[in-house]
Amino acid sequence: MALGSVLIIAAQQSPARVYWTMISRTWGSAYGLGEVLHRATPLIFTGLSVAIAFRAGLFNIGAEGQMVAGSMAAALVGGSLPGATPMVVALPCCLVAAMAAGGVAGAVPGVLKARFGAHEVINTIMLNFIIASLVLWLGNRFFFASETTHTAPIIAAAQLPRFGLSGSNANASLVVALLAAGAVWYLFARTRTGYEWRVVGHNPAAAEAGGISVAGAIIGSMAVSGAVAGLVGANNVLGYKHYFENGYGAGVGFMGTAVALVGRNHPAGIVAAALLFGTLSHGGLEVSRYVAKELVDVLQAVIILALIASSAEVRRLQQRGPA
Amino acid sequence: MTYALQLRGVHKRFGRVEACRGVDLAVETGSIHAVVGENGAGKSTLMNIAYGLVRADAGDIVINGEAVEGRSHAPAGAIARGVGMVHQHFMLVGSLSVVENTVLGNEHRRRGLLDLDTPARELAALADRYNLDVDPRARVDELSVGQQQRVEILKVLWRGSEVLILDEPTAVLTPAEVRELFDILRGLVAGGATVVIITHKLDEVVAIADRVTVMRRGENVAELSGDAIAAPDIARAMVGRPVLLETARGDAGADHRDKAGEAQLAVDDLVVLRDNGTRAVDGLSLQVRAGEIVGVAGVEGNGQTELVEAIAGLRRPAAGTIRIAGRDITAASVRQRFDAGLCHVPEDRHHRGLVLEMAIDDNLILGRQREFSSGWTLDGDRIDEHSRRLIADLDIRPTDPRALVGGLSGGNQQKVVVARELSRPAPRLLLCAQPTRGVDIGAIELIHQRILAAREAQLAVLLLSAELTELRALSDRVVVLYRGRSVDELSAAEFAAAGGTERVGMAMTGAGGRGERVGG
Repeated sequence: MALGSVLIIAAQQSPARVYWTMISRTWGSAYGLGEVLHRATPLIFTGLSVAIAFRAGLFNIGAEGQMVAGSMAAALVGGSLPGATPMVVALPCCLVAAMAAGGVAGAVPGVLKARFGAHEVINTIMLNFIIASLVLWLGNRFFFASETTHTAPIIAAAQLPRFGLSGSNANASLVVALLAAGAVWYLFARTRTGYEWRVVGHNPAAAEAGGISVAGAIIGSMAVSGAVAGLVGANNVLGYKHYFENGYGAGVGFMGTAVALVGRNHPAGIVAAALLFGTLSHGGLEVSRYVAKELVDVLQAVIILALIASSAEVRRLQQRGPA
Repeated sequence: MTYALQLRGVHKRFGRVEACRGVDLAVETGSIHAVVGENGAGKSTLMNIAYGLVRADAGDIVINGEAVEGRSHAPAGAIARGVGMVHQHFMLVGSLSVVENTVLGNEHRRRGLLDLDTPARELAALADRYNLDVDPRARVDELSVGQQQRVEILKVLWRGSEVLILDEPTAVLTPAEVRELFDILRGLVAGGATVVIITHKLDEVVAIADRVTVMRRGENVAELSGDAIAAPDIARAMVGRPVLLETARGDAGADHRDKAGEAQLAVDDLVVLRDNGTRAVDGLSLQVRAGEIVGVAGVEGNGQTELVEAIAGLRRPAAGTIRIAGRDITAASVRQRFDAGLCHVPEDRHHRGLVLEMAIDDNLILGRQREFSSGWTLDGDRIDEHSRRLIADLDIRPTDPRALVGGLSGGNQQKVVVARELSRPAPRLLLCAQPTRGVDIGAIELIHQRILAAREAQLAVLLLSAELTELRALSDRVVVLYRGRSVDELSAAEFAAAGGTERVGMAMTGAGGRGERVGG
């Protein structure tokens, strides 16, 4: 906070006014709140995605690519369905397509890791580039409307409704995100598969001795991780743009790592962390009329670092005190 | 009488746990003083206080007659006062040489450059003087565990320590290495040093200590010296009740063998390769019948690990067959082996047996999670009932099923593994590797009883152990493994007879037994 103030003063602005704007224009108005929710939704998906892999002992740095694959798939399916398709068919089709595309994009590095021992960090990073280029090529060659970098719009029945909230972009994909968070919680807390993945994440040698398939857990968790990242398409395509636009939402996949970290890989923590990041993101937009855009980014980073450091400090103090 | 190290009325509390409750300890200069007690008795905490790693809540520390101010001194202060510590887990950098490890943090410089020649010469002289036999220029990761321990001792000596604290120094050593270590310690004391060793192995205390302090639940409960040091007395003081040091096998091995049933484990001409392609198990055949305990003796690295892995399904044999209850499981999955009746207590519980970051109840269903789920979801009620029953049955502490296994003592961790494996629904074969390594005597007694109970329940038991006393106490038959082959086989009676242990010891080194007769 103090460091942020110094930066704001250096930019010849009043820290109080900047911070106040950040708060009042986000949680202080219906529109602001809606925008926060809209920005938090994809972060919930990518945060969950990173956390699923992490619980199984894997670093999925590929949420970025998986989310692009899912978005493209959702847009293509949503755009090619007959116009008369009812919503109860159209929406699940698009969501399943998004999950399937993201899931395949996640499973590929999973297979490479399980079969050949290739490190998933490298695989997923490389796959981000491959997917980005592939989608652009496919789009330009076949799908993008001429002279643009976006696809044709999806049919109305495949669109997720908006909440209203003074015309903000918040939409029903938030419900999908919260359902996904609940499902992830259930997976790890209650199911045999989640248990097996946790064992593999902590101690693969013990998992092997217990007859748990380590390769199966790696491939399975990466596929589910990718599928959840693919659901970002629900917000960006089905709920907001209604078409796939190349480059839209870039960076959300990488931010998922930070969201999962701040949320300590717990679904409830991830939802809270995503709301925080959403607040910073929209708040940053609101204050950019006072301070430069670059400074806003720095401000966001400083706040995140301060939060991480303070939570680590709190934990340390808790451990020191009487147990 | 002078004391090298004195602790008076030391108290230390960690959260709700009182690790030390007014402990007094006086170590005479020039003596070997053993501090014994079960895991969690507070002996390591006490030594960490003496070494300055932990600050006492109350009490005095006096080193060579000089009081340490403020109940604490960082390890640097302890080193300056001549106190050095050799930890149970070595603090060495494997890729560096002995001399580099030794000078770490105390580097000598000559004209701004690191000077390793001088310390190397000093180390060679020290090694020579105390018969430590370590080359200062050797890379640490190329040394055996016993040699690495000598490096730790050298390191402490080189820094000028006259009081050496050794935490569980024999936990990782072979019997021969233990004897060598004790010779070294006697040499050190003869040279004027003082040695404090923390241990829970009674025969070692009897063999080496001039004086023994027994701790239980944070208090010193007994003090013995000279000829009064006897294993049964120490054991009683440690546990708080009389202990059977050698669990009675019930009936003599020879009689029992006649009663033993059909072969439950049959290993034929088994060849298992190490990761580097060399033969770890080299044409081994053995059988274990229902109601029989077959012990496997051998110096570590003679194929025991690979034999266990091959039977447990963790390493594919290069040749030969393995059958459980007549069923060929040579190429079966781990799950199929469990279904055939395998119970597996892995040799290293931290590596293969447990997930330290997970709770006791999670670990009690490890490898059995299918049994405890209905469809896709885990059956919480049944897991809870199962956990509470096993925790009570084996007296696992803490009793909270949600406590993390990583926070348990070694004995309680091992009880979790044993409880899980022996409660399998249709057990036929108990594959039991190093079941009491790093486990306190209370838990050893209990685990031995359970292994014998498994035999009574007509399980076949294959017991691999580095402890000859354990093999002698439990086995109906002992096979000696040397370079992946069986070089000798003794009945319980032959093992127990005069010269039996020596015969096993000789066979373990490849001499004697049938060793000479086994051709290439």
